[in-house]
Amino acid sequence: MFSTILDVVIGGLIMGGIYALIAVGLGLQYGVGRVLNVSHGEFIMIGAFATWSLYTLLGISPLLSLVICGPVLFMIGFLIHRTLFQYLRDQSESIGAFADSSLLASFGLLFIIQNVALLIWKADIRGYSYLDSSISIFDAIFAVNRLVALLFAVVISSVFYIFLTRTRLGKAIRAAAEDPVTAQVMGVNIHRVLAICFGLGALMAGFAGPLISMIYEIQPTMGLEYTIIAIIVVVLGGLGSITGSLIGGFILGLIGSIVTYFDAGLSLVAYYVIFILLLLIRPTGILGK
Amino acid sequence: MDRVRVTTQRLFPFGTIFLILILLATLPLYVQPYLVILLTTILMYVIITVSWTIFSGPTRYISLASAAFFGVGVYTSALLGKAFPLPVVIVAGSLFSFILALCIGLLTLRLRGMYFIIFTFSITELMRHFLLWWETTMTGTVGRWVVIVDHTVVYYVMLVIFVLVLLAAHLIRHSRFGLALRSIGEQEEAATHIGINATLVKTITFAISAFFMGATGAIMATKWKYIDPKIAFDPLLSFMPVLMAIFGGTGQLFGPVFGAAVFAYLEEVLTTKFPYYYMLLFGSILIVVILFLPHGMVGLVQNLRKRGVKRQNANP
Repeated sequence: MFSTILDVVIGGLIMGGIYALIAVGLGLQYGVGRVLNVSHGEFIMIGAFATWSLYTLLGISPLLSLVICGPVLFMIGFLIHRTLFQYLRDQSESIGAFADSSLLASFGLLFIIQNVALLIWKADIRGYSYLDSSISIFDAIFAVNRLVALLFAVVISSVFYIFLTRTRLGKAIRAAAEDPVTAQVMGVNIHRVLAICFGLGALMAGFAGPLISMIYEIQPTMGLEYTIIAIIVVVLGGLGSITGSLIGGFILGLIGSIVTYFDAGLSLVAYYVIFILLLLIRPTGILGK
Repeated sequence: MDRVRVTTQRLFPFGTIFLILILLATLPLYVQPYLVILLTTILMYVIITVSWTIFSGPTRYISLASAAFFGVGVYTSALLGKAFPLPVVIVAGSLFSFILALCIGLLTLRLRGMYFIIFTFSITELMRHFLLWWETTMTGTVGRWVVIVDHTVVYYVMLVIFVLVLLAAHLIRHSRFGLALRSIGEQEEAATHIGINATLVKTITFAISAFFMGATGAIMATKWKYIDPKIAFDPLLSFMPVLMAIFGGTGQLFGPVFGAAVFAYLEEVLTTKFPYYYMLLFGSILIVVILFLPHGMVGLVQNLRKRGVKRQNANP
């Protein structure tokens, strides 16, 4: 009994850690840049598949891929914002109109990235074994790779949180989130900061992808599911609240783990029910203003 | 005043529309069956896009629930098709979608902008996943067979729905109701202040647009023969009308019709010729349209016309 509970809880924390990581990235892109990036999951998928290719073809450790995928995806995200979204933002009459058009543009990105990936990696489900020895904690047995993934997710989120709250660039980002016009007046280069934010979102996806590939099966169409989970977590935590996204990630992970214990087929249904109820009852989320 | 006349000027006079309709109605008599089937698919997209535009065009609430309403029609057809005659099934499918839209409309009163978009998308996905779970664990079969109907009948039903949706869109656009919708789109608070019951107007329009999507789903199911939740609630069917309407331009009734017709034809050609690159091209077109044609093809034509008029005025 106790080991079952521990199994469900730790399983929930592992899922939650990854959810928190991807939600922080998406939350930053929407909270600061007003881009609801539905192609977020595709960046995660790219990270996961790059890791898979590097490991199976060249034998590069997934933990090393983490350091490769993150920065590469950061650059890609930065460039996409600099070209596509910055142009759209300058063209739009209002920020609301920009939110709509950028959403549609990111759907375009989703289709492009997903289908390029399908052409490269085909539609098969992939997986590899890495650090799959197991250790037992109070009679519950865990694979090492899951615990390592959890550890990395927590460390990366914490470092990112400290970066946002303590560094100069982090403060500029938060200023731009509060009020872009005033931030610009105060000397923040808004175009650069927004592009960095989008890049940082992609960076988080680039970290989450390799971790996901370590513990779950991956396929080129997996992106949208993670995007939706990230959106649910961001709304759950409250739009624009980084702490909210982190807490929301773990809450959703635990709920997912509990539902999966009873019926795995219902976990996505449960997420949508939670999300719809949340939008109806408290659209500002648990930590929203 | 002149400018108003330029933007509301019809691209096609009434007589031309009538001629096109007669041509469409007599088409199965002298063309190959393949063309009739192709036209049925094109009409399906046109109907969904026009009905999407009835609500989302003037109000600027982007709904991603089209697939949900379509899917309800599809499943009505699958469940009732064997027991009832076709017209009853289609009307039932439309009514179920209508009722679903009324419920969603009443629930989403407080949601706007991004929240509305995500909510409508989630409703569709929830229905799809729930149905998938229900069919696999409760009934044991994922898919269902649908009673087959002759393809000319499907075509004519589609044509009738097409004429009805055009009429509905035209009447709404030129009524006080349509004016109320547009003022909600411009500024909802102001619209409420001048005495428009925004909630009621939005909900009813949302339901009307769902009505036609349900009807289309009900008849389309008979063409597909076999359906499952993934086919019936395909999220792509929620995005397609948005893209097609934006591509055509939502400012005029003709815009969505044109956008959907061109796109549906392109889809048909691209999926057969480049099955692996089709979605890639689709994504690229989506981005290009959003970047360079914010007012659609019709907007582009109007801009060119306006420029032409200006030039004429400049050089008398």
